[in-house]
Amino acid sequence: MLKGIDLDLEAGSFVALLGPSGCGKSTLLRFISGLESPSSGSILLSSGTEAPTAPTNAAAKLAFVFQDAQLLPWRTVIDNVALPLELQGLSRAEARRRARGPLSEVELSDVHERYPDQLSGGMRMRVSIARALVTEPDLLLLDEPFAALDELTRQRLDERLRRLWLVRRMTVIFVTHALGEAAFLAERALVMSRRPGQLVLDHRLDLPLDRSVELRTMSAFVEQTAILYRALEQHGGLDDSQVPIAEPGV
Amino acid sequence: MSRLRASRFEGRALISAVVPPLLTFVLVIALWEGAVRALRVPAFLVPPPSAVLTAGWLERSALSGALLTTAEGACFGFLLSVCLGTLVGLLFSLSRWLERGLYPYALFLQTVPIVAVAPLLVLWFGPGLRAVSVSAFIVSVFPIIANTLAGLRSVDPRLSDLFRLYGAKLGDTVLKLRLPSAIPSMMTGYKVASGLSVIGAIVGEFVAGFSEGDAGLGITVLSAYRQLRTDLLFAAVLLASLLGLSLFALVSLVTGLLLRRLRAQG
Repeated sequence: MLKGIDLDLEAGSFVALLGPSGCGKSTLLRFISGLESPSSGSILLSSGTEAPTAPTNAAAKLAFVFQDAQLLPWRTVIDNVALPLELQGLSRAEARRRARGPLSEVELSDVHERYPDQLSGGMRMRVSIARALVTEPDLLLLDEPFAALDELTRQRLDERLRRLWLVRRMTVIFVTHALGEAAFLAERALVMSRRPGQLVLDHRLDLPLDRSVELRTMSAFVEQTAILYRALEQHGGLDDSQVPIAEPGV
Repeated sequence: MSRLRASRFEGRALISAVVPPLLTFVLVIALWEGAVRALRVPAFLVPPPSAVLTAGWLERSALSGALLTTAEGACFGFLLSVCLGTLVGLLFSLSRWLERGLYPYALFLQTVPIVAVAPLLVLWFGPGLRAVSVSAFIVSVFPIIANTLAGLRSVDPRLSDLFRLYGAKLGDTVLKLRLPSAIPSMMTGYKVASGLSVIGAIVGEFVAGFSEGDAGLGITVLSAYRQLRTDLLFAAVLLASLLGLSLFALVSLVTGLLLRRLRAQG
C-alpha cells in the first residue's frame, strides 16, 4: 500500500501530509504510532531508537488525534481529558488536576463538567486536542481531525492548533486532504500519490511564523497552496473531495 | 404560555398513546362478553369476562398468594440470570477460547425444552422455590449472555486504538471502555430476560411447584384446569401476563434511568 517512503522529520517541526483519499496517509500515521506494523521497513524515532512496534509505553511521548473527536460519551469533558493519564496509572484526582492545564489552553475550562453530547462539534474537537496534549507528547499525530467540521470552525481550529504548536513546539504530523489547511498550518508539506502511496513532493512552505486568518487571502499563501495543488493534480491525486483553491480576485 | 402549550401538547401525545389501546381493550371485552352470551357458549369452554372478573375477585386471596409465589421464583431466577449471565458474557469476551469452547453449550440452555428438564430440577433441587427459580434462570440466562457478549465486542475500534496507544491495562480497558460501551446492549438483554423469567417460573411450577402451602400461578392454572374452572384459569393466566409485564416495565424503568445517568446512547 505504501512504497519506498523515506522520510526524515526534524524534532519540533510541523509537517502536513497531503494526498488523495486512500493513498495510505492514515496508514503511515498508524505505522508511526505503532498501532500497526509495516510488513517491511522500519520507523525510527528521533532518539534513534526503533519506533514502538507494539503498542506501547513510548505512547507516553506520542499522541494521536483521530477523525471525529472520539470522546467517551459517558465521561465529562475533564474526565475525557484526564483519561490518558489515568490509563498510565495516575490516580483519578491527580489526572483531573493535570487535565486542567490543557483544557484551559483550548479555552474550555468553563464547560469542564459537561458531557460531550452537550458540546458543538468544534468544542468536542478541542477537547480531543486537550486530551492529546495532556501527556505532553513530543510527537502529535493528527488524522484529518477537522474534516467533518464546517469551514469557519475548521479555520478557527487551524489557527488555534498553530498557536499551540508555536508555544509547545512538539513535532506535529497533520494528515489532511485540504490544501489550504496544509499550507496554513505546516512548515513543511509532503504530498503523496495515489496507491501505492509514494512521496511526490517535499516542500518547505515559505510563509511567516505567525499566521492569522488574513494570511489565507495573501498572494504568498495562494502561491504556496498552488504548488501543493499542482503536485497533487500531476500525480493523479485529485478527486472530487479536493475543491481547487479559489484564484485571488484578479 | 409556551409551557402551557407544551404541556397541552404532551397531554395530547399521552391521550393519543393511551386511547387507541384502551379502546381496543374495551371493544374486545364487549365483543367477547356479547358473543359468549349470545351464542350460549358453555362457561367451561370460554367464560365471559364478567365471570373471569368474578372468579378473580372471589379467589383473590389464593390468587394474590399464588402471584407472590410466582413473582418470587421469577425474581430469584432473573437475578441469578443477571449475575451469572453477565459474568459468563464478560468471561467469554475476554477469551476467544473460552467462548468457542462454551458458547454452544450456553446456547443449549436456550434450546433445551424446559418442560422436559423440569423433572430433573425437582430431583436435584426438590420441589418448590429452588427448582422454580432454576427453571426461570435456565429460560432467561441466554439473552443476557448473548447481549453482554455482543455489547462487549462492539466497542468502537478507534476508541480501542486510543486505549492501546496509552498502553492501557486490561482491567482499565474493561472497566473504562468495554463495560460502559456494552451497557445499552446489556440492558436490552436484561429486559428480554425479565419477561422470560416469568415464563420459566410458570413452566417450572407445572412440574416442580408442588410444595405445601404456597402454590404459584402455574399450580393455580393446573388445578383450575382439572376442576374445569375455566374462569379461574383465565384469571390466573391474566395475572401471569400482568406479572411478566410489570417485571418488564420495572426493569425498563431501572435500565432507562441508569442509561440516562451514564449518558450511554441506547
